Amino acid sequence: MGQITLQGVQKAFGPVHIIKGADLDIADGSFVVFVGPSGCGKTTLLRLIAGLEDVTDGRILIDGKNVVAVPPAKRGLSMVFQSYALYPHMSVRGNIGFGLKMAGLAKDEINSKVEAAAATLNLTPYLDRKPRELSGGQRQRVAIGRAIVREPKAFLFDEPLSNLDAALRVQMRLEVTRLQKQLGTTAIYVTHDQVEAMTMADKIVVLNGGKIEQYGSPLELYERPNNLFVAGFIGSPKMNFVTGEQAAQQGAVTIGVRPEHLKIERGGAGGWSGTISVAEHLGSDTFLYVDAGPLGMLTVRYIGELSLSAGDRVSLTPEPNRVHRFDGSGNAIRA
Amino acid sequence: MARMATTRRVAVSTIGAWLAGFLIFFPILWMVLASFKTELEAFAIPPSFLFFHWTLENYATVQERSDYLHHAMNSIIIAGGSTLIALLIAIPAAWSMAFSPTKRTKDILLWMLSTKMMPPVGVLVPIYLIYKTFGLLDSRIGLVFILCLGNLPIVIWMLFTYFKEIPRDILEAARMDGATIGRELVYVLTPMAIPGLASTMLLNLILAWNEAFWTLNLSTLHAAPLTTFIASYSSPEGLFWAKLSAASTLAIAPILVLGWFSQKQLVRGLTFGAVK
Repeated sequence: MGQITLQGVQKAFGPVHIIKGADLDIADGSFVVFVGPSGCGKTTLLRLIAGLEDVTDGRILIDGKNVVAVPPAKRGLSMVFQSYALYPHMSVRGNIGFGLKMAGLAKDEINSKVEAAAATLNLTPYLDRKPRELSGGQRQRVAIGRAIVREPKAFLFDEPLSNLDAALRVQMRLEVTRLQKQLGTTAIYVTHDQVEAMTMADKIVVLNGGKIEQYGSPLELYERPNNLFVAGFIGSPKMNFVTGEQAAQQGAVTIGVRPEHLKIERGGAGGWSGTISVAEHLGSDTFLYVDAGPLGMLTVRYIGELSLSAGDRVSLTPEPNRVHRFDGSGNAIRA
Repeated sequence: MARMATTRRVAVSTIGAWLAGFLIFFPILWMVLASFKTELEAFAIPPSFLFFHWTLENYATVQERSDYLHHAMNSIIIAGGSTLIALLIAIPAAWSMAFSPTKRTKDILLWMLSTKMMPPVGVLVPIYLIYKTFGLLDSRIGLVFILCLGNLPIVIWMLFTYFKEIPRDILEAARMDGATIGRELVYVLTPMAIPGLASTMLLNLILAWNEAFWTLNLSTLHAAPLTTFIASYSSPEGLFWAKLSAASTLAIAPILVLGWFSQKQLVRGLTFGAVK
């Protein structure tokens, strides 16, 4: 079991409030991603759950029990750090088995568990090597092995893939997701990369300035963002925002349209027209950056190849039911 | 051409380095040579470098006149004991300052270092009187105590620098893995700090072994280490160069051997953190 509930959790370092009251319900076995810009408090929130920081106020419940006064090791969670944080003087075997050794398990039991974990992660040939003799991806796998071997109630991942190169990151992303599904253990994963968040999560927590902006499934966040921040943060390329007359016509202060929801046509008729300033041809997609005069720069994503280039006049039509409307304080107006 | 110039430069700097090394080593060599000469040859002018009458008689006299092993044992106990106690105090002190620093940590470190800025002779009289009152004069425990206190600031500083190099993440990982502070210290921190600990220990041993001011002033015979043993050959009756050299050679031999075998560790420890 690994159900985690946060109730009014606050954290302040001196006069600075990092977490301004977080309420969250994480279901057993789910994969939850904390995402947000740097400094939004996502890592702090994870460390509060881990017990590496003390809460200033509020309650953290793990399987219904308040753990705010419980030391990290007794919370039954395990953590994977951004820097891997392997013990450099221990072999892979020693690293993975350290937690079990601390828990006072018998040597045979530790060995069999370590070997099972190593087999799951394809680390068996490296068991007797030191961390410095491993590649980045292998080190990360050892860090994950150290986390899974203790059979925790939940895994906490603190930006675990940000030190890897792009190709390896995609591969490890898949491995982590697959492993989590296979083990069925609750996971909380911190990242600033919204693509990682969208692809891995069952549910995403979007954090900004120490507040939870929205909590929901990736598609919920994509299709029904609660406010301007979430709308702008989730989705790549970013949502286009238009203010002024065009927004007022729709009864909003700001309207947002995702690049993939703008229909593009050659020629410059209609209200939303402009000149292409940059065209990016990726083969699978075409990204067009259109200077639409009073509307500002608009990004358009066309699936497939579109033979347009810089300087061409185009007109844009937003898909009518895909327009997001926001009020003066940035909150979504639901129809 | 370029290749030749490089070869020549390498040759010149090699010769230069050997010369510098020889220059630094020469006094020690001269002392060792003098220890095998007769008293007359030892200060003969012009001095004979290798072609003199080699003799072991100085060593025999030194051993006969004073008990080398007694003094050597004192040196081992005093240097070893003071190092051990200093480390026992310094490890937790440096650990807490490195991993849970407060606003005052920097001040405390500076204050510790400031105690090393005062010349020891400035506190000789009070210390002497305290030692006299407590019956610590000419006692091994007294010397262990004073050398330990004298070197403690340096030991704490060195360890503090080494501990600071250890990433916090690793200690947090150990805490997540269920290590208590004690076990974290034993299983994670200490093994990672071993190069630093070893070089601190060696440096402190060498400092304590060679320390002459306090040992000369606070001991006479019973607790006298090798420094006092050497000094006893410079007496009002005259300077016995050959015997003094023999005594000095005997006194520095153990620490020289220790330094020789641990030089790799020593250099690595002293440059720890300089290169990641």
